[in-house]
Amino acid sequence: MTLDEVTPDQECEVIDVITEDVIGQRLLDMGFIPGVRVRAVRNAPLVDPVEFLLKGYHISLRHSEAKKIEVKLL
Amino acid sequence: MSSKPDKIVVALVGQPNSGKSTIFNMLTGARQHIANYPGVTVEKKSGFFHQDGICIEPVDLPGTYSLTSYTEEERIARDFLLTESPSVVVDVMDASNLERSLYLLFQVAEMGIPIVVNLNMMDVAEKRGYKINTERLSHQLGVSVISTVGNKGRGKDKLKQAILESSKKVDAVPFHISYGDALEPILNSLEKRLSEDSGLSQRYPLRWLAVKLMENDEEAQRAVRRYSNENDQILAFVEEKTADFIQKHKKSPKKVIAVSRHSNAQKIIETSLLREKEFTRTLTDKIDSAVCNRFSGPVILAATIYTMYNLAIVQGYKITTYTWPLLAWSRDIVALLLPPEGFVFDPFIRSISLWVVDGTIAVLNYIPIFLILFALIAILEDTGYMARMAFILDRIFRHFGLHGQSVLPMIIGGLYVGGCAVPGVMACRAMKDEKAKMATIMIMPLMNCLAKIPFYVLMIGIFFAAYRGIAMFFIATITLIIALSIAKILNLTVLKKKLSAPFVMEMPPYHMPTVRGVLSRCLERTWLFVKKIITIVIAVSAVVYALLYLPGLSEERKIQFITQGNQAQQNFFNKIGRDNPYAGLITGDNLNKFSAYWNDYRKAKMGAGSQEAMEAIDQKFRTKDPEFFKIVKRGKYETKGRLIRDKQAKDVYNAYKELDKTRNRLRREQNEEIIIASFMGRTGRFIEPLTQWAGFNWRINIALISAFAAKENSVATLGGIYQSSSGEQKTLEERIKEKEGGWTPLHALAIMLFMAMYPPCIPTLMMIHLETASTKWMLFATFYPIVLGIIISILVFTGGNLLGLSGFQAMIAFYILALILLISMGLIRRETEFT
Repeated sequence: MTLDEVTPDQECEVIDVITEDVIGQRLLDMGFIPGVRVRAVRNAPLVDPVEFLLKGYHISLRHSEAKKIEVKLL
Repeated sequence: MSSKPDKIVVALVGQPNSGKSTIFNMLTGARQHIANYPGVTVEKKSGFFHQDGICIEPVDLPGTYSLTSYTEEERIARDFLLTESPSVVVDVMDASNLERSLYLLFQVAEMGIPIVVNLNMMDVAEKRGYKINTERLSHQLGVSVISTVGNKGRGKDKLKQAILESSKKVDAVPFHISYGDALEPILNSLEKRLSEDSGLSQRYPLRWLAVKLMENDEEAQRAVRRYSNENDQILAFVEEKTADFIQKHKKSPKKVIAVSRHSNAQKIIETSLLREKEFTRTLTDKIDSAVCNRFSGPVILAATIYTMYNLAIVQGYKITTYTWPLLAWSRDIVALLLPPEGFVFDPFIRSISLWVVDGTIAVLNYIPIFLILFALIAILEDTGYMARMAFILDRIFRHFGLHGQSVLPMIIGGLYVGGCAVPGVMACRAMKDEKAKMATIMIMPLMNCLAKIPFYVLMIGIFFAAYRGIAMFFIATITLIIALSIAKILNLTVLKKKLSAPFVMEMPPYHMPTVRGVLSRCLERTWLFVKKIITIVIAVSAVVYALLYLPGLSEERKIQFITQGNQAQQNFFNKIGRDNPYAGLITGDNLNKFSAYWNDYRKAKMGAGSQEAMEAIDQKFRTKDPEFFKIVKRGKYETKGRLIRDKQAKDVYNAYKELDKTRNRLRREQNEEIIIASFMGRTGRFIEPLTQWAGFNWRINIALISAFAAKENSVATLGGIYQSSSGEQKTLEERIKEKEGGWTPLHALAIMLFMAMYPPCIPTLMMIHLETASTKWMLFATFYPIVLGIIISILVFTGGNLLGLSGFQAMIAFYILALILLISMGLIRRETEFT
């Protein structure tokens, strides 16, 4: 599954970032690397974007970007 | 650029929210200099301090998470490190975000510059239960590690000392991390290959360049192409190795590099960082559960935006009523220094100088608004609420090629009724997404700035009086509907190639801003703006003056006007007669003096609110010139407590009143004639064949064109053109109705819509120039609204005529049409491209 399918309060582990473009680079820079645990915190009032928690900091992503991260639920 | 031997340049790098600016302020105090990096709008701050008698110059680089070549900030930071060769780099780290901070440090370290690691916000980290073994960290990294609490000034001296010491270690071997057994051999052979190329080895740290090439970094490839003699072979080598690697490991080197950086960081903090307890952002989470909530979130957002709008625009304008007299006073000083007014014609040097001064003080008048707005934006940025705003609103605005952050500038610019595009454009500065930022700036002219309002009110008052409320709502909301559609259209066309940033955005913990941080930022930005704008405004307003007032009248016409003026003066003197004792006081040059006195008195009286104010003005003018005072008081004045009725002064008053009226008429007529004959005036006539389809005759064209100099004057310009003959007491509304008897509400609708699309005023254009760093975009922002306005007006006027619609029906029809356009624009989906 991909990160956009994770709902608030679910926790998952990153398997891979499946794109090589700017988004991919940015996601890697921000710490979305294999093995990292990510928790979905909340949706924006209009559902998109979504706030995630990883390694003690909070990052918000659009669904279209979260789709580029392959994860497995914990 | 090489630094002087007695000066040490220090670059400050760090991730956003690491408190880098605080450290910069701590080091330099007030000795700062702020400018823009050439060609871009990113601010460049530098300052200096002395340590052991040596001058040290810290430069504050933009905050970045990484050093790729994808964003402007990252490019600037890394170009500075590469080309300006600072002696030391201070990497400012958020001590409670150590792992992510190290990710950036590793990249900086590869550039081979001596480094000082600065663990900032140690107090916050400690509060969160983090214990950092700085000695151990220093040992592992091989650089000095200094802990600070920037906002309390703790660790300042140690940091300064460490900077100085590190600058002496010129031959220090920079540490670098290992990218693993699979990649290291490739990097080593590539580095060796690059070292044989003198064009590259003299310019770049080779380990860094090798890593960047394997990361498929465009700028690094460009560097190779530019400076290497065998660029093709090198790039082919990189390509081949990359392809091999991918085939062998099923992963790109780029990803392996990023992962290695993170895992190295993790390894380091495992031994240097002790987490006493698992940290949770309790307070921030509590605030966010309200601020980002589906129901309370939008309410809080609306309240915040309303407060900002109210404080900056509404209250800011109130403050300008206090600061304006200062500016007006400085104008009067300039006016005094210039050659005096003529009876009908003023000396050229006087009129152009005052024109330029007027343009300049019109801009300076915005300063109170700037100060408030910049302070508020700094507060929004520092607290972390800015990120939440974008988070909440992104979904709506994204459909139109805008960003969640677009809403604040739009509100300030006049999303509903009454804003100002100058601070609106300025508020775009905080936006990181280049494409959305450009789109937001470009739709700013379509917002309803305060200067457009009197015009709407006038037109609605004449032609839509029965539907006043609906018409006002129409004009206030139609602009938003059109602006959003235009944003999308621009996005699909001219802005297609602009870089869009991924939304990926940190939601930092809430943070109390410091007074000093907010104040220094708002003063800096205001100063930067004022400094830049003054010179440009002077140049541009001089050009506009030329377009509106040259070539001027023919000698013949000029003489006719002067003769008429002399005639009027002759009549005046005849009327008061030789025997009048006041006649001698107002002959020759004194007549001009009296004119000025008369005008000042009238102006002062008009501004006076109360009876006491009137009396104070009288007192002031009496002292200024007791004789003139008798005249302007129509001969009714007190002397030694006795009321005097001075018949002769009254005669002069009556005669002068007549003369003044003639003079004003002559001045207005010559002004109008000059404008009609000017470049802009001729343009107004020239385009009549086109604009008639929009319902504009040449008179309206000229009024619209000359309003370009100052939209506030559009009503005044119309007033000038539709001037009343010989002092009839008719309102402008009545005069327009009378002179343009054929006008229908359809005409009015077309012209109102044109006004709504009116090109931005000169200060706004200057601001656009400043924020986009491009003349091309400034010109685009000037001309596209004109084209758009003409198209819309023609559509409404000609279309309405063909269909036989009334003005009100056309209004409704156009509204529906615009809504359809808006919805279809919102539905167009385009995969965002990032490169």
